[in-house]
Amino acid sequence: MLRLEARPQPSQAMALVSPLIALVLTALMAAALFAALGKDPGRGLAVFFFEPLNGMRAVSEVLLKATPLITIALGLAVCYRSNVWNIGAEGQVLLGALAGGGVALWLTTQGIVLPKAVAVPLVLAGGVLGGMAWAAITALLRDRFNASEILVSLMLVYVAQQLVNFLVFGPWKDPAGFNFPQTKTFDASTWLPPLLSNTRLHVGIALALVVAAAMWVFMFRTYRGYQLQVGGLAPAAARYAGFSASASLWTALMISGGLAGLAGAMEVAGPLRQLTPHISTGLGFTAIIVCFVGRLHPLGIVLASVLLSMMLIGGELGQSRLGLPNALTGVFQGLLLILLLACDTLIHYRVRLARRIPA
Amino acid sequence: MNEIALLVAATLASGTPLALAGLGLLLNEKAGVLNLGAEGIMLVAAIAGFAAAFTTGSDTLAFAAGALAGGLLAAAFGGLVIWLNTNQYATGLAVSLFGYGFSAFVGVGYVGKKLAESSPFEVPLLADIPFLGPALFKHHPMVYLTIALALAIVWFLYRSRAGLVLRAIGEAPESAHALGYRVRWVRLAAVVAGGALCGVAGAFLSVVYAPLWVEGLVAGRGWIALALTTFATWRPLRVLLGAYLFGGVTMLQFALQGAGVNVASQLLAMLPYLATIVVLALISRNPAWIRINMPASLGKPFHPG
Repeated sequence: MLRLEARPQPSQAMALVSPLIALVLTALMAAALFAALGKDPGRGLAVFFFEPLNGMRAVSEVLLKATPLITIALGLAVCYRSNVWNIGAEGQVLLGALAGGGVALWLTTQGIVLPKAVAVPLVLAGGVLGGMAWAAITALLRDRFNASEILVSLMLVYVAQQLVNFLVFGPWKDPAGFNFPQTKTFDASTWLPPLLSNTRLHVGIALALVVAAAMWVFMFRTYRGYQLQVGGLAPAAARYAGFSASASLWTALMISGGLAGLAGAMEVAGPLRQLTPHISTGLGFTAIIVCFVGRLHPLGIVLASVLLSMMLIGGELGQSRLGLPNALTGVFQGLLLILLLACDTLIHYRVRLARRIPA
Repeated sequence: MNEIALLVAATLASGTPLALAGLGLLLNEKAGVLNLGAEGIMLVAAIAGFAAAFTTGSDTLAFAAGALAGGLLAAAFGGLVIWLNTNQYATGLAVSLFGYGFSAFVGVGYVGKKLAESSPFEVPLLADIPFLGPALFKHHPMVYLTIALALAIVWFLYRSRAGLVLRAIGEAPESAHALGYRVRWVRLAAVVAGGALCGVAGAFLSVVYAPLWVEGLVAGRGWIALALTTFATWRPLRVLLGAYLFGGVTMLQFALQGAGVNVASQLLAMLPYLATIVVLALISRNPAWIRINMPASLGKPFHPG
């Protein structure tokens, strides 16, 4: 009979190996599912885990999708390390997209053509402020009214989506757009500059990596970052040390809201170039998985973003090449997180083969 | 007059799935387990129920399929958080994300399909009373069963021995363990029962309320049901009342549109979510009050021995 035995100390090695075990288990289950659907499992796995990296163009698409994931997940990691459960990043992404896109749309409709070096930062700053404002609602209600940040941030996702719908179906709709729910295409001066010619990859990926480095410094090399982590690991100790829980809450939510908003603005100023009802297809939720697979660490988050981005693109390829439903990606994402949490048990426990002692 | 009767009827119908899920989650939380996977469980049960109704044409089998699917997914959640002591927030979230993806995947073939017309149910005699008849007595039997269920849960929690054990485990698992109660198994039972009720709620949505399947059909009702338990300060009858209140807010948007109020439909669609946020903030305002009412071990793992 198998028995769990508590380890004297959490295993550092297992903390790194556990995501890999979870990934292998997810791949095995995926293969079984492909077989059950009557597809060749090898071919199916190749579509999800190899073809997204096959060639420069494919890699550029993976990095393009990884850009918002890295940005959002970095902010969420700060939250989760401080024990603030912001699960509404999706809403903060949408508000960032609306605010950043709103700036771009205003410049476009007013016919103002600014130099790129001015217009793009304006759009991105709009996004950051939009995301922060949305997260501020959650922070305020948690701080002043003790309302669960989990439920408030999640409810605000639905509100944000309706706000997007309202604007693109209503006041912001392109009058010359044949009544489609979409805004005008933004003026080219507001687009993020491309990083590689002939691809959609833009400078946002470089920005995301800079943010990753900055977050590493913030979390592990500043006093404020240390306060946040103590507050997350041992709230009583943080209180005793005189660290303000309310300041930690606001810091964590402003950082994650701002970064989610930045991601939203980068999406609309990057690949989308206009606002539609489908600005974010669950990026804010995928980023939560990225966060855990990446062990809440900036470097891990960058790697996990590439992995989850491959799975997103694999889902699209599976649809076009193998006729698999695109929803499979969601199944694999969910499985990966569930299996990861299960495997994380190995960090704190050892599995022992216990013999029953005869009575 | 007739419009008001229809509004009352619609409120009862839209409050029913919230009440079912809210009561299920109440059972979980009374045992000390917070299940943030409610949304995903309801989605998987909704497609299971819809598929069962589509193939067999039977509402009863649809509810059974929903309860089974919900119970199974909840059991997986329970196994993880109760035996492997995984973080309840993260695991619930994972179940929600998985449920969203899995239901979308299974449901691909059912989008746009119609269920066979079932004959409308009426309470004999009472349904003929003017006003009250159309408002209260022409509902699906599940609407009445939900009210009965709320009463049954009141009896179970506060009048039966098993309910006392359940509450004791939620308040002080170590003490209950010391007395020889099997904390983990009772928690698992509560989680599975709660999941099954969320499952019935999901099946009600896809088979009776909508009745159709689209991706993300549950539309946040699982999360609203979670907020309901706090709103109700963990009392079953208040969960029921709260569910009808939120059902009423959902219906208000259609009533306002019907009355010709000139506000964009997208803004009105925000109402139930905004109402949840406002009510949650008002109820949670007093931390002492929440602490008194909340099961003391809610969300905390239990390590025996």
